[in-house]
Amino acid sequence: MSKPYTPPMPLTWWNKNTAYRLFMLRELSSVFVALFVLELLCFVSQVGQGEEAMDQFIKSLDNPLYLLYHVIVLAFALLHSITWFNLTPKVMVIRLGEEKVPDVLVAGSNYVACLVVSLLLWWIVKG
Amino acid sequence: MPDEKITLEILRYHPETDEEPSFQTFEVPYHEDWVVLDAINWIKEHVDGTLTYRWSCRMGVCGSCGMMVNGTPRLTCAVFLNEFHPEPIKIEPLAYFPVERDLVTVMDSFMEKLQSVKPWLIRNEDEEKPLEEGEYLQSPAELASYKQFSMCINCMLCYAACPVTGLESEFVGPAAIALGMRYNRDSRDQGREQRQEVIASHDAIWNCTFVGECSVVCPKDVDPAGAIQQAKVESTIDWYTSLLPWTKK
Ligand code: SF4
Ligand code: FES
Repeated sequence: MSKPYTPPMPLTWWNKNTAYRLFMLRELSSVFVALFVLELLCFVSQVGQGEEAMDQFIKSLDNPLYLLYHVIVLAFALLHSITWFNLTPKVMVIRLGEEKVPDVLVAGSNYVACLVVSLLLWWIVKG
Repeated sequence: MPDEKITLEILRYHPETDEEPSFQTFEVPYHEDWVVLDAINWIKEHVDGTLTYRWSCRMGVCGSCGMMVNGTPRLTCAVFLNEFHPEPIKIEPLAYFPVERDLVTVMDSFMEKLQSVKPWLIRNEDEEKPLEEGEYLQSPAELASYKQFSMCINCMLCYAACPVTGLESEFVGPAAIALGMRYNRDSRDQGREQRQEVIASHDAIWNCTFVGECSVVCPKDVDPAGAIQQAKVESTIDWYTSLLPWTKK
């Protein structure tokens, strides 16, 4: 007689191996990215209210706790971008006849685009 | 050294007597050119004939010898002992599947999921060519568009690597979706719409959170994770296209 044993799925399944842990960190990174987007929106709304409001907002960020928080956000934003950039070749398969455009080119185009946009923003803000 | 040994810790489960599986340790002669399956076969031949597991080809083709080797789903006929020696090796049945006995899992759910994506060529009834008109020709580029997905040997390693299959028993899963995509991409096939009912459902592609481990463990480089994400993109395009006034049915 058959009496199959079904192994339970532990609540800590995500801690089973490095790949799962990295996956969870990648998922978690979106929370930090979202928080930073909210902060950015607040900043934009302050800018809209004039220079004084903007200066006050910047000043309110000027403390070590915020600095620490921003370092964490930056780390998660980098993790988010790098992991997703590197996954694009799986999602976007471009074929030229029999040949597939190499993964490094598809993933690399993200980095190039990111660099170009960053440089452009830097140039606008600086100018 | 001729007398060297290696330790195998094997998860055993006897449904007649056991409530749950437990590990049993075996000392096996160590040969550099032995794969894990050789060591398991040696145990069955010399120590315990009741040890139960599946295998057939011993050359990475039949897909039946998949087990968890030190926690990772592998084809045991394709993992050499020297990868681990002198450390012990832990062997368990494929994760997230019910265990029938020892290292044998119950595959019924996988078989049903596989069938649900209709993994065969489908032609519209009125567009089937009569036999005497010969085969449906295909260019090398058309073949290349699905060949990778067609390399699947149904070993189920991808299911054992995917936590979603453990969390959501209804998840159609990596190999079945990849195989559905294999036929969707085939220029001779016209069954995409029929398959979409399953593939584009919540239990299939939208249950996938892109952990990506299925593609990492796949011994045939099928890239089921890629197949699923590509199906997501295509299904999303379908949905937006269906909103356009001139495509409304
Ligand atoms: S997709 Fe790869 S890992 Fe999954 S069943 Fe097919 S060959 Fe095995
Ligand atoms: S025995 Fe056939 S794949 Fe390992």
